[in-house]
This record gives sequence, C-alpha cells and structure tokens, in this order.
Amino acid sequence: MLHMIEHVFVEQSLVAAFAVVGGLMLVSNLASRRLTAGRVHGSAIAIVLGLVLAYVAGLYTGGKKGVADLPVFAGIGLMGGAMLRDFAIVATAFEVDVVEARRAGLLGVLALALGTVIPFIVGALTAVAFGYTDAVSITTIGAGAVTYIVGPVTGAALGADSAVMALSIATGVTKAVMVMVGTPLVARLIGLDNPRSAMAFGGLMGTVSGVAGGLAATDPKLVPYGALTATFHTGIGCLVGPSLFYLTVRAIVG
Amino acid sequence: MTIFGVALLALCTLIGVFLGDLLGVALGVKANVGGVGLAMILLIAARSWLVARGKLGGGIKLGVEFWSTMYIPIVVAMAAQQNVVAAVRGGPIVLIAATVSLLLCFACVALLGHFGRRDAPLENEQIRHGGAVIAGDGDEALSPSPPARPQPARKV
Repeated sequence: MLHMIEHVFVEQSLVAAFAVVGGLMLVSNLASRRLTAGRVHGSAIAIVLGLVLAYVAGLYTGGKKGVADLPVFAGIGLMGGAMLRDFAIVATAFEVDVVEARRAGLLGVLALALGTVIPFIVGALTAVAFGYTDAVSITTIGAGAVTYIVGPVTGAALGADSAVMALSIATGVTKAVMVMVGTPLVARLIGLDNPRSAMAFGGLMGTVSGVAGGLAATDPKLVPYGALTATFHTGIGCLVGPSLFYLTVRAIVG
Repeated sequence: MTIFGVALLALCTLIGVFLGDLLGVALGVKANVGGVGLAMILLIAARSWLVARGKLGGGIKLGVEFWSTMYIPIVVAMAAQQNVVAAVRGGPIVLIAATVSLLLCFACVALLGHFGRRDAPLENEQIRHGGAVIAGDGDEALSPSPPARPQPARKV
C-alpha cells in the first residue's frame, strides 16, 4: 500500500509537488492567523518551513538539493527550480507600474553597483582575516559573498582550490537564506514599503532566490520591482569578479 | 484564449534569456546577464502595446496572471530545495562574510530609499492590484484591472 502511494508520488512528481506545497501553504496560513494573529505573513512562515524541511532532508540524504533529493519529492525540484521560478518572476512584471519603475531606474543602477562592491569587499576582508593570502582565494570568497553563482563562476575562471570554492558557495547560500528570513524582520526599519526602495533592495541584495523569497514574505506587491533589478546582479557579478575585482585584489596583495 | 497569455509569457522569457546569453557572450562572461530582467521589460512592453491597441483580453490576462499568482508557492518550493545544511555548517568565515555584507546592504537600502523620496502617497491602484495578484488573492486578481491607464476598447 505504502509502496503504491510512493509510486504515484514518483510518477506524478510535479502534480505531487503542487499538492504538497499547497498543503504547506495551508498550514502556514492557518499558523499565521491562529498563532500570530496575522502579524507574520503566511508566506513568510511557509518559506521558513520550506528551509527547515530542506535542512532536515539535507541531513537525512546528505544531498545538496534539500527536499528534492528525496525521490517522492523530486517534483519540488522542478516546481521550485530555476525554470519555473524565472517564469513566475517574469509573470510578475505584468503587474509593474511602468512610471514608478522608470522613475527609480537610476536608483536601481546605483544599488546594483553598491550591491556588488560592498559584499565583495566584506567577503575579501573576511578571507584575509582568516589567513588567506593569495589573490585567487580572496577573490573567490569575496565573489561568493556577492551571490552563490558569482562565487563558483569566478573561482572556476581563476582556478581556485575546491575547498575555497565550497566556502565561497556556502557564503552565498547563507546570504540567500538570511535574506529570505531576515527581510520581513527588518523591512519596516529600512523603509522597504514602496516600489522605489524595493528596486534599491533588489539591486543591493542581488541573490535572486533571496530577493524573491524575502519580498514574497514581506509584501507581494514589491516583488516585481525588486526582481527587476536583482536579476541583473549575478550577471554583473560574474562580469567584474574574475576581471576587475581579481586584478584589484592582485594589485593590492601582490 | 488563456494559452495566448501563457505563450506570450513563454515567448518573452525565451527571448529575454536568449538576449541575456548573447549579452554574456558579448561581454565575455560565463553567465546570463540580466536575461530575466530583459524578459520582464519585454513583457511590460508587450502589455503596454496590447493595452494601447485594446487587445488585452481576459484570456491573455488570465494566462499571465495565473503564473504571477503561483509565484509565492514556487518560491516556497525553491526554499525547500536550498542547500541549508551547507549554510548551517559553513563555519565562522561564512557566517561573518554573509552577516556583515547583509547588514551593510540593509543599511544601504535605508539610505538609498531616502533619496528622492516623495511625500505624495506612493500607493496607487496599479501597485495595489499587482500586490493582490502576486499574493494569490483570487477574488482581487479576477476583478477588472484598475483604470490607471488607457482603457481597452470593449472588444475581446
């Protein structure tokens, strides 16, 4: 009996994922209303719950893809994978107020520049503080603080050590997870309540998954504005990481 | 027809990602440069074009907006497949680099948000409606679009 149910889940992976995520959202919305009187968004609870499940599943399977490493939940991998995620992000653009987005365009560019430089400097300085002295390792760890894609792309381009690469990816993933969980907590404090600041937020935080999760948990109407700038982040990071940043670091550390 | 909306969304995504790849090659980067952002701009342009010609029918809207309403569930599925174990086990270097850069960036959001902030209320119908759609609030999503822009002719 159990085996047959498992078989259905494996065979109908995406459909099963819809049902599972739907159940998760239902539980989260109930928890939001009953336990927090609506103060914490149901989506924020669902995202944190998703991360917790990913942690538990990761410990159990030893894999890298959280719940999606369990065969019965493989559909979650498809549903939350880059393809459908990007598809849904693009769809949110349909709700964008063009005037508002255009007005904040320059701000978005400025945010992108700061959002690439600041994390890199922090990451690079941390690497130096922990005893890394070669330009390749410092650059790779710094790039990881930008996003978890910029890190390995830069590391691969520079021929970094695999342990350093792992550290770089872990930094980016940690940042993404912290953005998802932390954004709703600090949103009011940093004035994240309008399209303008959402565009600045997207450019500064970079990590698409972090921004996507953080804004969804904070206020859905801000999602398209943040996503608009965030999606340029990884590309820019990959552009300057192995070139401008590496050359600068090498010039400094010799 | 609904499929026209879904197809429009798919087409914008494909073209945007392709342009992002091209941009990456042109810049000599091993990554897609802003493909999704370009796709979003294409979709915004397509929407304006359809509205201006009065061709934005209910079917097309439904096809695109369905996927906006699926946004949050998809993000939850995305969260459930993150490598959280690696993040938790990263150790002090990972924790310090991530936390400090995050705090500095949050501070910058507060700072940048103040530039050119207008006193006029930023909330308008279009933004509010968008929020309701993305939140997956069915009743609101199915209500007619706010009259924030030229009304399409009554021909579907």
